[in-house]
Amino acid sequence: MAKQSNEAFFWVLFSAGGVVAALLIPVQLFLFGVAFPLGWLPAPSYGSLMAVVSLPLVRLYLFVLCSLSLFHWAHRFRYTLYDGLRVKHLNEVIFTLCYGGAVIGTAVAGYLLWTIA
Amino acid sequence: MSAAKPETISAGARYTEFHPRWYRRRVSVYWWLGQRQYLKFILRELSSVFVALFVVEMLFQLAALKNGPQAYADFQSLLQSPFVIALNIIALLFVMFHAITWFNLAPSAMPVRLGGRRVPAFMVAAPSYVMWIAISVFVGWMVTR
Repeated sequence: MAKQSNEAFFWVLFSAGGVVAALLIPVQLFLFGVAFPLGWLPAPSYGSLMAVVSLPLVRLYLFVLCSLSLFHWAHRFRYTLYDGLRVKHLNEVIFTLCYGGAVIGTAVAGYLLWTIA
Repeated sequence: MSAAKPETISAGARYTEFHPRWYRRRVSVYWWLGQRQYLKFILRELSSVFVALFVVEMLFQLAALKNGPQAYADFQSLLQSPFVIALNIIALLFVMFHAITWFNLAPSAMPVRLGGRRVPAFMVAAPSYVMWIAISVFVGWMVTR
């Protein structure tokens, strides 16, 4: 099996994504998904948000956050389907869909962040 | 006795009349519902779905920002719909669950020894929590300043 030898590589992406997701997603989701929509905190204006996003370092940060989080998801979700739902016979399909999704998401993030400002 | 390699055993594991079938207990699809620890495991694994959902949401947000103030205002009003708020609250709970279980895993994955003695688990996990709070405050400041 060719995939077996890549396992370590995917695991590194998974665990790096796990750290990034744990440290960064809760605060961003709290702010943009809960606090701003419910009016607990004043939402930043379009202009000020664009000013933050146009900083190169912020864009790099968002790119890394998107990409690693997606690879974290791909690995974990793949094994959830294997072990949790016992769908081992769909190995190849699940592998392709999970990592394919992560690659596409990374490409979209790269395109958006490259062209946003 | 022949010293057969494991591969040759499993390769020859076809059922024949004279060969006993391997005894394997069938595991139910719902095996993780039986015990709290198993359920916790599956919920922790499912947190990854909400991690991916967050990324998708953020990509839509970036696309809206790129398309101008009107597109962004539309996106904001979408985020204010009760369904999306409920979904985001559930996602937040799952992502917090991921973060806490991830930080608490560090002491088991990486036992730290100092002067021949093992450093207590909470001492290894504590820096993660400190960093978590510091980063959260910083991100909050960056966004709302």
